[in-house]
Amino acid sequence: MKIVKAENLEYEYVKLDEDGKVESTLKAVDGVNLDVEAGDFIAILGHNGSGKSTLAKHINAILVPTEGTLYVDGKDTKDPDKLWEIRQTAGMVFQNPDNQIIGTIVDEDVAFGPENMGVPKEEIWRRVEKSLKSVGMWEYRSHSPNKLSGGQKQRVAIAGVVAMQPKCIVLDEPTAMLDPNGRREVIRTVMELNRQEKVTVILITHYMEEVIYADKVIVMDEGKVVMQGTPREIFSQVEKLKSLRLDVPQVTLLAHELRKSGLDLPEGILSIEELTAALEQCRAGKA
Amino acid sequence: MMKDITLGQYYPADSVIHKLDPRVKLVGTMVFIVSLFAFRSISCYILATAVLVVIIKISRVPFQFIVRGLKAIFILMMITVAFNLFLTPGTPVFRIWKLTITAEGVETAAFMAIRLVYLIIGSSVMTLTTTPNDLTDGMEKGLGFLKRVHVPVHEISMIMSIALRFIPILMEETDKIQKAQMARGADFESGNLIQKAKNLIPLLVPLFVSAFRRANDLAMAMEARGYHGGEGRTKMRPLEYKNRDKCAYLLMAVYLLAGGLVNYFVRF
Repeated sequence: MKIVKAENLEYEYVKLDEDGKVESTLKAVDGVNLDVEAGDFIAILGHNGSGKSTLAKHINAILVPTEGTLYVDGKDTKDPDKLWEIRQTAGMVFQNPDNQIIGTIVDEDVAFGPENMGVPKEEIWRRVEKSLKSVGMWEYRSHSPNKLSGGQKQRVAIAGVVAMQPKCIVLDEPTAMLDPNGRREVIRTVMELNRQEKVTVILITHYMEEVIYADKVIVMDEGKVVMQGTPREIFSQVEKLKSLRLDVPQVTLLAHELRKSGLDLPEGILSIEELTAALEQCRAGKA
Repeated sequence: MMKDITLGQYYPADSVIHKLDPRVKLVGTMVFIVSLFAFRSISCYILATAVLVVIIKISRVPFQFIVRGLKAIFILMMITVAFNLFLTPGTPVFRIWKLTITAEGVETAAFMAIRLVYLIIGSSVMTLTTTPNDLTDGMEKGLGFLKRVHVPVHEISMIMSIALRFIPILMEETDKIQKAQMARGADFESGNLIQKAKNLIPLLVPLFVSAFRRANDLAMAMEARGYHGGEGRTKMRPLEYKNRDKCAYLLMAVYLLAGGLVNYFVRF
């Protein structure tokens, strides 16, 4: 079952001048075809202005395509009657943790989504407890969000989406404003949700380290999908990634450089362990 | 440091008054204020004083917290008293230069002063025992009937609670911008009043820009989480009247009745 399906998706930002006439248009998303299987962990990569955030906002029906169609769980996002169903199916976590927390107490914020859906009181309490526990923030339920760290706030935001019981969570650069510790916390939480609760995750990021655990990586540039594949397939094309102004993980880069200077290493090494193993093998082969 | 400021003037304590439904407290305050202006005799004010003292005792809020609110209206009270004292016509008792103090003047001035003081104390008790959140909730539910005349009650209370959440964030941001501008040589201290106001521009412009950006982000986040106004919305902690709230309403009725009787029958 395809949870998200995009067909020739196009989106144009239109800039109007003072008289309301079209001054210029910018195609942020340009003919994107996308298939996401339920339960997958998808990472979308791209440098600033590649259209990845615009694409993400389509999945939650915040933006509606100019051309083409996007189906979320079989529902067309252009259909205004399905809007609230779609937003329940596909939750969204944004970049700035401060600007997406609505409640003045952690548990009230998590309850915001279910409250909007008209869920009965007892069920709200059950969901709040479950989702706060799943992100490891249950002990902080009666705290003010202002006193939490960035990573903790972002986990509360994730809990707020989880409490709506979506089939799919879209995270739009959730770690961009966090320190390395917070980043790790958030990514671990997201991965657990994917593995344990079988929630489809679409992670938008420009940190390469975060995408190596994904089932599939999609690379975008100037509104188009330019690369698609498993992390290993993507990272074995170091030169192409560089031409797209994207960094590769340090280990991968090191392996790539070693390979260029004549060592017999496989392409697409993703972790330090892999590299040391490959180097060991190399040495054994030479000796 | 700025994170720790408390909003409003809520004084946390474990008392029956704190636990009362915010609607009860809102109505109670209104009843008390109305009664103050309806009463016309000393005996009535003795009753009001007694009630106020009992409520303050039960609420366990230290007295000095309650009278703090009085400082703000001190000047206003002095002016009111002065006007009443000198401008009420009646039998003169005292005369300085062209100003005459009348017996009636003394009486109205005294009543006016008592009314103002009790009004402030009464509403302070409410704000000291109710969290700002409860207060907005209470207003939303308690003023729900205004929805019929197209007053956007839910929206107003939503705006208030969001404002409460963002005040500390914006304070922190102001602090940050101020330091950043000071590091670039901005001067917020010297000069006369106009100069100082002008110097605030490099602080206010970035603050406004960022506030609008935040508002935009927040609106998107709220929509993404299915917010579509108050229609069909449920509450995690809905306001429900408990027995103590019903008791409180009963006591209010008793107070009004007693006040009315005293006002009518006791002649001093």
